Amino acid sequence: MLLHISHTTKYAYDQPVDYALQQLRLTPQVLKCQRIVDWKITVDGGTVEAFYTDHHGNDVHLINVDAGGVSVSITAAGSVETTDTAGIVPLPKSGPPLWYFSQTTALTTPGPAIGKLASETASETNNLNRLHSLSRLIAKQVSYGKDGTYVATTAEEAMQGGVGVCQDHAHIFIAAARAGGIPARYVSGYLMMDGQIDQDASHAWAEAFVNGLGWVGFDVSNSQSPDERYVRLAVGRDYHDAAPFSGMRVGNAKETMIVNLQVQQ
Amino acid sequence: MLGKTAGGLYWMFRLLERGENTARMVEAGFRMALTRSTDSETEWKSVVTTSGVGRGYDSVYDHYAAKEVIDYLLRDKRNPSSVLSVSKAARDNARLVRTALTTEVWEAVNENWMVLTDLLENPVQQKDLPAALATIRQHSALVRGALHGTMLRNDIYDFSRLGTFIERADNTARIIDVKYYTLLPSVSFVGSSLDNVQWETVLRSVSAHRSFRWLHQGDMTASAIADFLILDRRLPRSLAFCISQVVSQLDALSDDYKVTLPCNDMARKLDKDMRSRDIGAIFEDGLHEFISTFIGRNNALAMQIETDFRFNK
Amino acid sequence: MDKNKQFFDEMIAGPDTVTDPYIGYNKWFAEQDPDHLTRKSQEAETFFRRSGITFNVYGQAEAQERLIPFDLVPRIIAEREWAKLSKGIAQRVTAINAFIHDVYNRQEILRAGVVPYDLVAKNDAFLPQMMGFSPPGKVYTHIVGTDIVRTGPDDFFVLEDNARTPSGVSYMLENRETMLQMFPELFSRVRVKPVNSYPDSLHRALCDCAPPACNGKPRVAVLTPGIHNSAYFEHSFLADQMGVELVEGHDLRVVDGRIAMRTTLGYEPVDVLYRRIDDEYLDPLSFNPDSMLGVPGIMDIYRAGGITIANAPGAGIADDKAIYSYMPEIVEFYTGEKAILKNVETFRCAEPDALKYTLDNLHELVVKEVHGSGGYGMLVGPAASKQELEDFAAKLRARPANYIAQPTLSLSTVPIFTDSELAPRHVDLRPYVLVSPNGINITPGGLTRVALTEGSLVVNSSQGGGTKDTWVLEE
Repeated sequence: MLLHISHTTKYAYDQPVDYALQQLRLTPQVLKCQRIVDWKITVDGGTVEAFYTDHHGNDVHLINVDAGGVSVSITAAGSVETTDTAGIVPLPKSGPPLWYFSQTTALTTPGPAIGKLASETASETNNLNRLHSLSRLIAKQVSYGKDGTYVATTAEEAMQGGVGVCQDHAHIFIAAARAGGIPARYVSGYLMMDGQIDQDASHAWAEAFVNGLGWVGFDVSNSQSPDERYVRLAVGRDYHDAAPFSGMRVGNAKETMIVNLQVQQ
Repeated sequence: MLGKTAGGLYWMFRLLERGENTARMVEAGFRMALTRSTDSETEWKSVVTTSGVGRGYDSVYDHYAAKEVIDYLLRDKRNPSSVLSVSKAARDNARLVRTALTTEVWEAVNENWMVLTDLLENPVQQKDLPAALATIRQHSALVRGALHGTMLRNDIYDFSRLGTFIERADNTARIIDVKYYTLLPSVSFVGSSLDNVQWETVLRSVSAHRSFRWLHQGDMTASAIADFLILDRRLPRSLAFCISQVVSQLDALSDDYKVTLPCNDMARKLDKDMRSRDIGAIFEDGLHEFISTFIGRNNALAMQIETDFRFNK
Repeated sequence: MDKNKQFFDEMIAGPDTVTDPYIGYNKWFAEQDPDHLTRKSQEAETFFRRSGITFNVYGQAEAQERLIPFDLVPRIIAEREWAKLSKGIAQRVTAINAFIHDVYNRQEILRAGVVPYDLVAKNDAFLPQMMGFSPPGKVYTHIVGTDIVRTGPDDFFVLEDNARTPSGVSYMLENRETMLQMFPELFSRVRVKPVNSYPDSLHRALCDCAPPACNGKPRVAVLTPGIHNSAYFEHSFLADQMGVELVEGHDLRVVDGRIAMRTTLGYEPVDVLYRRIDDEYLDPLSFNPDSMLGVPGIMDIYRAGGITIANAPGAGIADDKAIYSYMPEIVEFYTGEKAILKNVETFRCAEPDALKYTLDNLHELVVKEVHGSGGYGMLVGPAASKQELEDFAAKLRARPANYIAQPTLSLSTVPIFTDSELAPRHVDLRPYVLVSPNGINITPGGLTRVALTEGSLVVNSSQGGGTKDTWVLEE
């Protein structure tokens, strides 16, 4: 499937910014399930200072906001040819070892609620089946909703709250999979929702490692495995590692963000 | 050179100059108190005001007397401009710019701090005051000597000297500002004992009482003193002298860096304005206004130097 | 501690005899008037204080600056002893660099089961951001301080490898400078290998690791946390000796794809940053977001080839004390040779048997935190009170993996000059090693630290230790 994507994020500041940096993870990964036809990142009100591949294999752009500016606008746009691989991505030849994806992080440290969740699926001996039932359980117990969590909410907090967005669903899945001894990771990217061109935000889902298959994707929020409607941008142990944007700025300026995202065939 | 280093050098020498000036003002105030029996409260108050620490002082004490003022100006840690505080701050700045200093300059600043910390550990008894002030002056002189004797004449030296002269110009201007009324010809009673004492204090505050006598041989008039302090380039603490030094250090930087910056123009303009005036014209336009304007322009120049050479950002 | 225990003294071989390396010095010493030496000793202290050669002590009153006491009796090492030591150090440092590179890339040593992967996986010093990256010149530890102790004529042990930001080299240089000033005639009688080329060698080693983006002569800078840091003197000293700028985080910014420093004329790129701040504070964008000391974006520029950071972030994985216990295996794995320098026997308290042994024999052991340094958080069993032993045992049981234990070593002694005479005190040695793509450079000697209290084995300056000039003889 050929997907056309246009993703613009505009940061506006209430006073001129002296110094601000943004790390972008906004370049689709090169994989069997997706081929980049063309892709371009343009920055208005800032400069690309560096481009490199990070420790998870993600392409990163470092952006410097123009000194004295009051806004910066970042557009990632292009087309990606996708293939349905039943949500499976093979283990790469290089990159972080599997044990690394078994480690908990601050956002995915299990507490009692995650522990309970993990134990509910523990009886399933086939890992793939176990992961599928985990995904179903989470979808059932944690409803999709935008007002219950924020960007720094942990998996445990979201599980206890019983409500969350795709980021929270992915975190809960990852935390519970790892608690059950299965390496898992976080994926950020785009999803073309059926019958809808304008999307609210970029998407996130989880992957778990299954022997013999590789990384298997689970989109808890949509109760499905990633297919040709998905475009992958970055992976990592949690949101922090794979976030499309992470930034810092010097000074007291307050920031507002407007996202304009279109994914279409 | 790092902008921070330039700023560190500049402030190190501003602070050293400030400490020395404070000691000199304490000395003048002390002498005034010794020679005059009445109204020492007013005199000590003007010493505090001239030092620019009036607000801080008032938050600690409710009256002005020798013991308290001397203690506050020399060794109170609550006073960021006390001799003790500035010797510490100057030394911190010297540590910051250690790589830009010769061993001699660093050791002189370090020793200045060690000696003054020791000297000012306890309140200074009045009987010990002259000796203590002499020690303070002597160690300032050692730092200055080390600077002149050992440092290359490059940008490091230029920023050091800029700090000294900006601070000194400000200090002399504030002395005149606080005492300007005693220098107004209209209210002066020529030869009256009051004015002689006031004038003497003013001159002593800038260590110029002897040189004034040498140069003017008895012509002790308000106008001559004002002319001396403001316009006489022979006096190393006059406003005109300080500004001409600032101009020449900035010119040296301009040559060295092959760039002309807004502060170069600002300094030249201030210098030109000083040269185009005589004391008569200054009195005509108003001494007080002249000094206030000067203080403002000197401060603005200082800010411009900080900006142009990226001391902070 | 057993008061009658005999320690190897490096100088005194018996009544009226000294060991070979000290013969020349002893002859000179015998001619000196003790009062004169006492005066010289005081002069040295005044010299250090006036020069501001001080360090700050954490947890004490504001801006407390202390002198590290200097003892005027040198620690003397024979050329032949040094040759063996330096060969062993070079071998070890080579292995350390290979190990770090491996850990952040293929992890062959973990796959081979030589080092348990838990030791890396659960290690706070492991920095994921370094995975899949080779620093310029493949050098991770540009500067290493290898702590060595001696227990007998031919018994040298490595106590610790300092692969992050080993400090103290300024004292090595200043101690020699002080000795040269105080006793110039001594150096004409005893020939000692010079140490004063260290700053130039350091500068060269750093330049040799310039990043791909560097064009022309590499520009080096030293990054310090600021004037209140305990080692600030050393930071400014090294910058000064190398003739490079001493910068703080707020002097640096990302400009034109480089890390650049703010000069009076604008921003200028830095090629190699010798940083003296910890990994955690290095980059608020990649690590601790609250860090005020670091340089946001430096890790991005680093990975993109715009700057070299020395030592490399994450190098601390090699000086962890649990990893240390595997160092003989690590040396053999990467060099194919047996380790020349011995390790001290180490009990990893993470292992149940080792924990039991440690708890049973606490009064005889030295117990250290796995990630500790500077002598903080350590227990010296033989010197501890009953209460201290009990308290420490509780800490051990609570977090066994956080500790290792070692037997109390019979550290050699070297005399110090005190109360007008010589008296033996325990010492260790930290040689300074520079690594560049062109090879390994070890300054002859290093910093000898001495426990000034009679019988004490703790030589750390933060715990009341002093230093000595260290001589390697030119024979």
